[in-house]
Amino acid sequence: MSALLEVLAVGKRFGGIEALSGVSFTIARGEIYGLIGPNGAGKTTFFNLLTGVYRADSGSFRFDGKPLNVKAPHQVAAAGIARTFQNIRLFANMSALENVMVGRHVRTRAGIFGAILRSAATRAEEAAIHARAWALLDYVGLAARGNEVAHNLSYGDQRRLEIARALATEPKLLALDEPVAGMNATETATLRTLLERIQGDGTTILLIEHDMKLVMGLCDRILVLDYGRKIAEGTPALVRSDAAVIEAYLGGELA
Amino acid sequence: MDIFLQQIINGLTLGSVYAIVALGYTMVYGIIQLINFAHGEIVMVGAMVAFTVIGWLAANTPLPPLLIVLIGTAAAIPACTAIGYALELFAYRPLRKAPRLAPLITAIGASIVLQQVAMMIWSRNPLAFPQIIPNMVFPVAGATITLIQIAIIMTSVVLMIALTAIVYRTKLGVAMRATSQNAPIAGLMGVNVNHVIAATFMIGAALAAVAGVMVGTYYGIAHYTMGSLLGLKAFCAAVLGGIGNLAGAMLGGMLLGVVEALAAGYMGDLTNNVFGSNYQDVFAFMVLIAVLVFRPSGLLGERIGERA
Repeated sequence: MSALLEVLAVGKRFGGIEALSGVSFTIARGEIYGLIGPNGAGKTTFFNLLTGVYRADSGSFRFDGKPLNVKAPHQVAAAGIARTFQNIRLFANMSALENVMVGRHVRTRAGIFGAILRSAATRAEEAAIHARAWALLDYVGLAARGNEVAHNLSYGDQRRLEIARALATEPKLLALDEPVAGMNATETATLRTLLERIQGDGTTILLIEHDMKLVMGLCDRILVLDYGRKIAEGTPALVRSDAAVIEAYLGGELA
Repeated sequence: MDIFLQQIINGLTLGSVYAIVALGYTMVYGIIQLINFAHGEIVMVGAMVAFTVIGWLAANTPLPPLLIVLIGTAAAIPACTAIGYALELFAYRPLRKAPRLAPLITAIGASIVLQQVAMMIWSRNPLAFPQIIPNMVFPVAGATITLIQIAIIMTSVVLMIALTAIVYRTKLGVAMRATSQNAPIAGLMGVNVNHVIAATFMIGAALAAVAGVMVGTYYGIAHYTMGSLLGLKAFCAAVLGGIGNLAGAMLGGMLLGVVEALAAGYMGDLTNNVFGSNYQDVFAFMVLIAVLVFRPSGLLGERIGERA
């Protein structure tokens, strides 16, 4: 399998704290890649570096065979990376459908003149945006909720709506930051099915998650971070039996 | 003559202009929380450009009056749109991450610059609107309405419907609302936030251009200082309706126009002619003070907590 994302010795400091130090790994096309570690290990920092929220102090990213050089946030989406958020960040006052339509923005052309002049091409494009947004809502199981305002949706539905919005940008890499946090067992199972379906349809997934059952069952490979350093990488079985991982999670006296 | 009805008609005419200008304030505020105090000057530039073109065409061509006014407006819109874009690009964008006071003061500075440049181009003398539109007057139940008033009210209604359609029905509108709710997230979802903000300024400026033509035609003159008071009143209208809220700007504009007109109509009678109709300007600001005291979020404004 060829590499989709190459992370080359990426580091980030916040004042005296080294949030990430020289982390390198590679995500292959089509896999579900897990990123785990105790709280404060640097997982979300990594997401923020990848999506251009912060700038890395050192190291670089290669994505889809090209250096990932982000100057404005929308370029991340344009390059083919979409993400969801640990604490849900929907456009709360817009309908579920409109939230997904925002994600289509980067893959469509019409701008200010299209909005005013309403040419046939613009109208056709907007009809296509609508159709695609409905299809994505259906894909994540929210077709019946499309016209509801996002903040009225249940917690689990909001999480799935974030995924639909991210998928609307047609990502090559879908980065999910704790997608099942706060979900009950049924919701988690539904989401797991959805993630497997997304992988089956050809999208690579990067998953940060604390739910070990989900991570171990779903991921092809896992990277373990602790205090900003990579302490293990490999298949779930390998990672589960790694001494350094056990020490990081359970404390030194057991190792 | 029915003074009450007459003043309602006059008020709705003026209110239409306020509403269109207020939309420009409220759109920009909604998307970057900036009060663009230079917006009134864009209205002024629109009127000046249109009057220049209209004056020349009226003097040198036999075109019908309606066409002349349309060409004048068509010339004003790109001029104002360009100024709106330039303001955003050179004055406000570099200060996007600065404390909010910095762009606010820059806006005041930009307004002074625009006014002075307009004075240098068009001189201190007002431009007069050529007598080309027939002064047709229609009786309405004891009051009268002129052709120009009908045109102003209808134009602004059409513009308000068009703007609402853009914001709630188009891809750009979805991006604008997403950016106004949470710009960083909209960016991560692939919206080019700078484009959307620039588009917002340009649409607001285009509306201002039309408003400039409307108010100039109504009063018959255009002057380089005309934007200041008009801009301030439209700002009051936007705050009255709830700044950041489109329907609020429309409602606030209309209400303010009617309040002012009624005040002008009855002020003399109510105060035994101690105060005359020239005190009508006071009312916009009294309304502003009352709103800020009793309902700071405006008539249709949402509580701040509801912002995403």
